[in-house]
Amino acid sequence: MNILVPIEVRGDAVKKPSLEALGLARRLAESSGGEAIAAVLAPGAASIAATIRTAGAHRILVADDAVYGKATAGAFGREFARLAREREAHLVLFGATVAGKERSATTAAELGVAAATDCVSIAIEDGWWVSERPVFAGKAMQRVRSLGTPAVASIRPNYGEIAEGAPDAEIETIEPGITEGELRLVVESFEASAGRTVDLTEAEIIVSGGRGLKGPEHFSLIESLAETLGGVVGASRAVVDAGWRPHSDQIGQTGKTVSPKLYIAIGISGAIQHLAGMSSSRTIVAINKDPNAPIFQVATYGIVGDLFEVVPRLEEELKKVL
Amino acid sequence: MKVAVCLKRVPDTASRIRIASDGKSIDTSDLQFIISPYDEFAIEEGIRRREAGGEGSVTVVTVGAESALETLRKALGMGADDGILVRCDEDLGPRRTAEALAAVLRDRGYDLVLFGRQSADAQSTQVGAQTAQILGIPYVGDVVGLEIDGREARITREVEGGHEVLRGALPLALGAQKGLNEPRYPSLKGIMAAKKKPIETVEASPGEVRLETLGYSPPPERPAGRIIGEGPDAAAELVRVLREEAKIL
Repeated sequence: MNILVPIEVRGDAVKKPSLEALGLARRLAESSGGEAIAAVLAPGAASIAATIRTAGAHRILVADDAVYGKATAGAFGREFARLAREREAHLVLFGATVAGKERSATTAAELGVAAATDCVSIAIEDGWWVSERPVFAGKAMQRVRSLGTPAVASIRPNYGEIAEGAPDAEIETIEPGITEGELRLVVESFEASAGRTVDLTEAEIIVSGGRGLKGPEHFSLIESLAETLGGVVGASRAVVDAGWRPHSDQIGQTGKTVSPKLYIAIGISGAIQHLAGMSSSRTIVAINKDPNAPIFQVATYGIVGDLFEVVPRLEEELKKVL
Repeated sequence: MKVAVCLKRVPDTASRIRIASDGKSIDTSDLQFIISPYDEFAIEEGIRRREAGGEGSVTVVTVGAESALETLRKALGMGADDGILVRCDEDLGPRRTAEALAAVLRDRGYDLVLFGRQSADAQSTQVGAQTAQILGIPYVGDVVGLEIDGREARITREVEGGHEVLRGALPLALGAQKGLNEPRYPSLKGIMAAKKKPIETVEASPGEVRLETLGYSPPPERPAGRIIGEGPDAAAELVRVLREEAKIL
């Protein structure tokens, strides 16, 4: 069965969740005798496609056109639905980023199906795609079956598979099916956040701070530890609501849901709405002075103590080995 | 400006979620319900657009059972003008919800159709974009900034690693993200006035199921963790277990 994987591009770089979707798609397609077909629709797509030639695709469709730098989800949905039909895809699999989820919705709308969003697993069962996805920010898991073909789904960052060193994909140039004239909403520009190159949802290490820091000025402790670890800074809802940190840092049911390899919660008590957003992290470290804080119930490792003493020492110890 | 705001009644985000004994649904018997938090930003934005323009209306729309009337009343209490309940007792899932919304929104000539970026319960991030696509209008989600001049809109939205700036002409559909505004609390006067505001009820006529829920399960249990120690002296041991046990560093 063929699987179409729309590749998301930012500037001249491919978003990692797309590659995780592609690696997974290769395994799923091969087990059913089909092809993993990547679609790179972007300005500069030809050179971008060359960089992912061994990332798992059997075939890469390339449409190199400026229109894709301006298009929004509606136009992409029409393109991906068209390609899915033309290539007889049984599944269209996105990386579950902001744009990926949005495009999965418009693609599904064009195909008359519903997309399964943010899946942590997907497999074929009796001829239908069945996936498992967190709901209520991870307080429960929902198993869904996609009825209708092609099915549409997105795979949560860090839950796909990276297929490095796969055999060379065949590269096929295609014509764009949209024109600038038909776009009624256009992307004009992108401004990168100062000092952050990796988003929380894609980070492998997150160092998160809460009310225990007592004031925004003490977040430098968190930033410094994050830098030492090569991680990204997160925050609890309490400190975002207090205005200490921007809302883009918020982790929890009304913020971001994250699942990094290492999550360090510092001065965070662990309200249920925060736990919902981070408890699928692989390893959780909690540093809190209250031994009864709920965060210790999900933590793999805990240190009970004053964060103002523990965190600098932890950074010192880390610097000895990193 | 004529604004529609689509919203959803969801369990309070502080709730513990229990799976019903059949394993196929969520036990809602003891839950408190709220307007899905991101939808509040959409409602607020709609009201501000009407206030800024000096004319127009804000209609709040939801797909749900009779109990969702209470949710619409809360939004009317914030300052929306009228409501539409698309009545349906079953959970329609994202595709059929979008179809039900599009069916009532289609011929009413809204300039702006607002959603929350995602619901706090199902978290599909599907309904806004699907509804817009069915209606044939552009959609963009995660909106944190909106300026409208005449029929031209300038939109700022949050994406991984930064912000995108977009430009387009009304009508548009947008998904509100935290940061777009600060939602107001309904005033007592607002709550009283809401009781007299009109709510139209339309029966949903759902199509076939496209995404079937097979069941719910509790999240995977985390293996029991342990306290490494107390105070700064435990830091060295933490580094050791992160390297040797968790094999992270």
